[in-house]
Amino acid sequence: MDKKEIELDIKVPNQTRYLSLIGRIGEDIAKELDKYAGDRETLAYHINLVLTEAMVNAIKYANTEDPDKLVHILINISDDELVIKVFDKGQGFDINSIPPPNFEKLEDRGRGIFLIRSLMDSVCYRKVRNGNMLEMSKKLH
Amino acid sequence: MNLKTEKKNDIIVINVKEERLDAHNSGELKNEMQKLFEEGNKNILVDLKDVRFIDSSGLGALVSGFKNAISHQGNLKLSSLQPQVKSMFELTRLHRVFEISASTSEALDNY
Repeated sequence: MDKKEIELDIKVPNQTRYLSLIGRIGEDIAKELDKYAGDRETLAYHINLVLTEAMVNAIKYANTEDPDKLVHILINISDDELVIKVFDKGQGFDINSIPPPNFEKLEDRGRGIFLIRSLMDSVCYRKVRNGNMLEMSKKLH
Repeated sequence: MNLKTEKKNDIIVINVKEERLDAHNSGELKNEMQKLFEEGNKNILVDLKDVRFIDSSGLGALVSGFKNAISHQGNLKLSSLQPQVKSMFELTRLHRVFEISASTSEALDNY
Protein backbone atom coordinates (compact mmCIF):
# COMPACT_ATOMS: atom_id res chain seq x y z
CA MET A 1 0.00 0.00 0.00
CA ASP A 2 1.42 3.32 -1.04
CA LYS A 3 -0.62 5.54 1.21
CA LYS A 4 1.11 6.51 4.44
CA GLU A 5 -0.62 7.72 7.51
CA ILE A 6 1.02 8.76 10.73
CA GLU A 7 -0.79 9.36 14.00
CA LEU A 8 0.86 10.89 17.04
CA ASP A 9 -0.93 10.84 20.37
CA ILE A 10 0.80 13.10 22.89
CA LYS A 11 0.03 14.02 26.48
CA VAL A 12 2.15 16.63 28.25
CA PRO A 13 1.75 18.43 31.57
CA ASN A 14 -0.24 21.66 31.44
CA GLN A 15 2.90 23.83 31.55
CA THR A 16 4.42 26.28 29.09
CA ARG A 17 7.88 24.73 29.50
CA TYR A 18 6.72 21.95 27.16
CA LEU A 19 5.84 24.32 24.32
CA SER A 20 9.25 23.98 22.69
CA LEU A 21 9.05 20.18 22.79
CA ILE A 22 5.67 20.16 21.05
CA GLY A 23 6.82 22.83 18.59
CA ARG A 24 9.86 20.75 17.70
CA ILE A 25 7.69 17.71 17.03
CA GLY A 26 5.62 19.91 14.71
CA GLU A 27 8.73 21.00 12.81
CA ASP A 28 9.92 17.42 12.45
CA ILE A 29 6.55 16.41 11.01
CA ALA A 30 6.93 19.00 8.25
CA LYS A 31 10.21 17.36 7.30
CA GLU A 32 8.55 13.94 6.97
CA LEU A 33 6.04 15.04 4.34
CA ASP A 34 7.67 13.55 1.27
CA LYS A 35 5.11 14.78 -1.19
CA TYR A 36 4.71 18.35 0.06
CA ALA A 37 5.59 20.68 -2.79
CA GLY A 38 5.55 24.02 -0.96
CA ASP A 39 8.27 25.60 1.16
CA ARG A 40 9.08 23.11 3.88
CA GLU A 41 10.79 25.58 6.22
CA THR A 42 7.73 27.81 6.18
CA LEU A 43 5.41 24.86 6.75
CA ALA A 44 7.61 23.74 9.67
CA TYR A 45 7.33 27.19 11.26
CA HIS A 46 3.58 27.29 10.73
CA ILE A 47 2.99 23.88 12.32
CA ASN A 48 5.25 24.85 15.22
CA LEU A 49 3.26 28.06 15.64
CA VAL A 50 -0.27 26.62 15.51
CA LEU A 51 0.71 23.86 17.96
CA THR A 52 2.25 26.46 20.28
CA GLU A 53 -0.78 28.76 20.08
CA ALA A 54 -3.28 25.92 20.57
CA MET A 55 -1.36 24.54 23.52
CA VAL A 56 -1.06 27.97 25.20
CA ASN A 57 -4.78 28.38 24.68
CA ALA A 58 -5.44 25.08 26.44
CA ILE A 59 -2.97 25.80 29.26
CA LYS A 60 -4.00 29.36 30.09
CA TYR A 61 -7.63 29.69 29.21
CA ALA A 62 -9.10 26.21 29.38
CA ASN A 63 -7.08 24.36 32.01
CA THR A 64 -6.63 27.62 33.96
CA GLU A 65 -2.90 27.07 34.44
CA ASP A 66 -3.39 24.03 36.71
CA PRO A 67 0.07 22.34 36.40
CA ASP A 68 -1.33 18.94 37.39
CA LYS A 69 -3.66 18.75 34.40
CA LEU A 70 -2.59 17.35 31.05
CA VAL A 71 -2.82 18.73 27.55
CA HIS A 72 -3.75 16.04 25.05
CA ILE A 73 -2.70 16.51 21.44
CA LEU A 74 -3.56 14.23 18.54
CA ILE A 75 -1.77 14.77 15.23
CA ASN A 76 -2.79 12.93 12.09
CA ILE A 77 -0.80 13.23 8.89
CA SER A 78 -1.75 11.69 5.58
CA ASP A 79 -0.43 12.45 2.12
CA ASP A 80 -2.91 15.19 1.53
CA GLU A 81 -3.93 16.55 4.93
CA LEU A 82 -2.60 17.46 8.34
CA VAL A 83 -5.12 17.39 11.21
CA ILE A 84 -4.26 18.57 14.72
CA LYS A 85 -6.65 18.12 17.64
CA VAL A 86 -5.95 19.71 21.02
CA PHE A 87 -8.13 18.58 23.93
CA ASP A 88 -8.75 20.46 27.15
CA LYS A 89 -10.93 19.86 30.20
CA GLY A 90 -11.90 23.44 30.86
CA GLN A 91 -15.11 25.44 30.57
CA GLY A 92 -14.61 26.08 26.88
CA PHE A 93 -15.41 29.21 24.90
CA ASP A 94 -17.11 30.25 21.70
CA ILE A 95 -14.36 30.54 19.11
CA ASN A 96 -16.66 32.46 16.80
CA SER A 97 -17.11 35.19 19.38
CA ILE A 98 -13.41 36.05 19.28
CA PRO A 99 -13.01 39.05 17.02
CA PRO A 100 -10.04 39.45 14.67
CA PRO A 101 -7.39 41.77 16.11
CA ASN A 102 -7.95 45.48 15.64
CA PHE A 103 -4.84 46.40 13.67
CA GLU A 104 -5.22 50.09 14.47
CA LYS A 105 -5.22 49.46 18.21
CA LEU A 106 -2.15 48.14 19.95
CA GLU A 107 -3.24 45.31 22.19
CA ASP A 108 -0.84 43.02 24.06
CA ARG A 109 -3.12 40.04 23.49
CA GLY A 110 -5.62 38.59 21.08
CA ARG A 111 -3.49 37.43 18.14
CA GLY A 112 -3.32 33.67 18.86
CA ILE A 113 -6.59 32.51 17.31
CA PHE A 114 -6.07 34.96 14.44
CA LEU A 115 -2.69 33.34 13.67
CA ILE A 116 -4.18 29.84 13.79
CA ARG A 117 -7.02 30.86 11.47
CA SER A 118 -4.59 32.56 9.10
CA LEU A 119 -2.29 29.57 8.76
CA MET A 120 -4.75 26.65 8.74
CA ASP A 121 -7.51 25.85 6.25
CA SER A 122 -10.19 25.02 8.80
CA VAL A 123 -10.48 25.60 12.53
CA CYS A 124 -13.23 24.67 14.95
CA TYR A 125 -13.61 24.40 18.70
CA ARG A 126 -16.35 22.30 20.20
CA LYS A 127 -17.52 20.28 23.18
CA VAL A 128 -16.52 16.63 23.31
CA ARG A 129 -16.79 14.02 26.06
CA ASN A 130 -14.97 15.29 29.19
CA GLY A 131 -14.14 18.70 27.77
CA ASN A 132 -13.45 20.50 24.52
CA MET A 133 -11.47 20.03 21.34
CA LEU A 134 -9.76 22.53 19.09
CA GLU A 135 -9.49 20.96 15.64
CA MET A 136 -7.28 22.49 12.97
CA SER A 137 -6.61 21.09 9.54
CA LYS A 138 -4.48 21.99 6.57
CA LYS A 139 -4.48 20.62 3.05
CA LEU A 140 -1.00 19.61 2.02
CA HIS A 141 -1.24 20.11 -1.74
CA MET B 1 15.48 33.57 29.99
CA ASN B 2 18.85 34.60 28.65
CA LEU B 3 18.92 38.37 27.99
CA LYS B 4 22.21 40.17 27.43
CA THR B 5 21.83 43.89 28.04
CA GLU B 6 24.46 46.45 27.10
CA LYS B 7 24.56 50.24 26.89
CA LYS B 8 25.74 51.88 23.66
CA ASN B 9 25.82 55.68 24.08
CA ASP B 10 22.34 56.44 25.41
CA ILE B 11 20.74 53.33 23.94
CA ILE B 12 20.12 50.12 25.88
CA VAL B 13 20.51 47.08 23.64
CA ILE B 14 18.72 43.94 24.81
CA ASN B 15 20.07 40.87 23.01
CA VAL B 16 17.53 38.07 23.30
CA LYS B 17 19.77 35.01 23.48
CA GLU B 18 16.98 32.48 23.00
CA GLU B 19 15.87 30.40 20.04
CA ARG B 20 12.21 30.87 20.97
CA LEU B 21 10.36 33.95 22.22
CA ASP B 22 7.05 32.45 23.32
CA ALA B 23 4.44 32.22 26.08
CA HIS B 24 6.98 30.46 28.29
CA ASN B 25 9.62 33.18 28.41
CA SER B 26 8.28 36.42 26.89
CA GLY B 27 6.98 37.69 30.26
CA GLU B 28 10.59 38.12 31.38
CA LEU B 29 11.44 40.29 28.38
CA LYS B 30 8.31 42.34 29.01
CA ASN B 31 9.29 42.89 32.67
CA GLU B 32 12.89 43.77 31.73
CA MET B 33 11.75 46.46 29.27
CA GLN B 34 9.30 47.85 31.81
CA LYS B 35 12.02 48.01 34.48
CA LEU B 36 14.45 49.78 32.14
CA PHE B 37 11.89 52.46 31.20
CA GLU B 38 10.88 52.94 34.84
CA GLU B 39 14.54 53.46 35.74
CA GLY B 40 14.59 56.44 33.39
CA ASN B 41 16.11 54.92 30.25
CA LYS B 42 14.56 56.42 27.11
CA ASN B 43 15.86 54.36 24.22
CA ILE B 44 15.76 50.59 23.96
CA LEU B 45 16.77 48.40 21.05
CA VAL B 46 15.68 44.75 21.16
CA ASP B 47 17.96 42.61 18.99
CA LEU B 48 16.34 39.35 17.85
CA LYS B 49 19.27 37.86 15.93
CA ASP B 50 19.15 34.54 17.81
CA VAL B 51 15.36 34.25 17.83
CA ARG B 52 14.21 31.68 15.30
CA PHE B 53 10.61 31.46 16.53
CA ILE B 54 8.11 33.98 17.90
CA ASP B 55 4.48 33.36 18.90
CA SER B 56 1.60 35.72 19.71
CA SER B 57 2.81 36.08 23.32
CA GLY B 58 6.27 37.11 22.12
CA LEU B 59 4.72 39.68 19.79
CA GLY B 60 2.49 40.82 22.65
CA ALA B 61 5.48 41.34 24.96
CA LEU B 62 7.10 43.61 22.35
CA VAL B 63 3.83 45.53 21.88
CA SER B 64 3.71 45.99 25.65
CA GLY B 65 7.29 47.35 25.56
CA PHE B 66 6.35 49.70 22.72
CA LYS B 67 3.41 51.10 24.72
CA ASN B 68 5.67 51.46 27.75
CA ALA B 69 8.12 53.44 25.63
CA ILE B 70 5.35 55.82 24.56
CA SER B 71 4.14 56.36 28.11
CA HIS B 72 7.71 57.19 29.19
CA GLN B 73 8.37 59.46 26.18
CA GLY B 74 10.93 56.92 24.99
CA ASN B 75 11.56 54.66 22.01
CA LEU B 76 11.56 50.93 21.43
CA LYS B 77 13.08 49.69 18.20
CA LEU B 78 13.93 46.22 16.85
CA SER B 79 16.80 44.75 14.87
CA SER B 80 18.07 41.58 13.19
CA LEU B 81 14.78 39.74 12.56
CA GLN B 82 15.09 36.32 10.94
CA PRO B 83 12.85 35.93 7.85
CA GLN B 84 10.22 33.69 9.49
CA VAL B 85 10.04 35.97 12.52
CA LYS B 86 9.66 39.00 10.27
CA SER B 87 6.80 37.30 8.43
CA MET B 88 4.90 37.06 11.74
CA PHE B 89 5.20 40.85 12.15
CA GLU B 90 3.84 41.24 8.63
CA LEU B 91 0.95 38.82 9.19
CA THR B 92 -0.12 40.75 12.29
CA ARG B 93 0.65 44.16 10.64
CA LEU B 94 3.09 44.96 13.46
CA HIS B 95 5.83 45.75 10.92
CA ARG B 96 3.97 49.06 10.46
CA VAL B 97 4.24 49.79 14.17
CA PHE B 98 7.88 49.00 14.91
CA GLU B 99 10.95 50.54 13.40
CA ILE B 100 12.91 47.46 12.32
CA SER B 101 16.57 47.52 11.24
CA ALA B 102 18.45 44.77 9.46
CA SER B 103 21.35 44.76 11.94
CA THR B 104 22.30 46.07 15.38
CA SER B 105 24.89 48.45 13.90
CA GLU B 106 22.40 49.87 11.38
CA ALA B 107 19.86 50.37 14.18
CA LEU B 108 22.42 52.16 16.37
CA ASP B 109 23.59 54.39 13.50
CA ASN B 110 20.04 55.50 12.74
CA TYR B 111 18.52 55.57 16.22
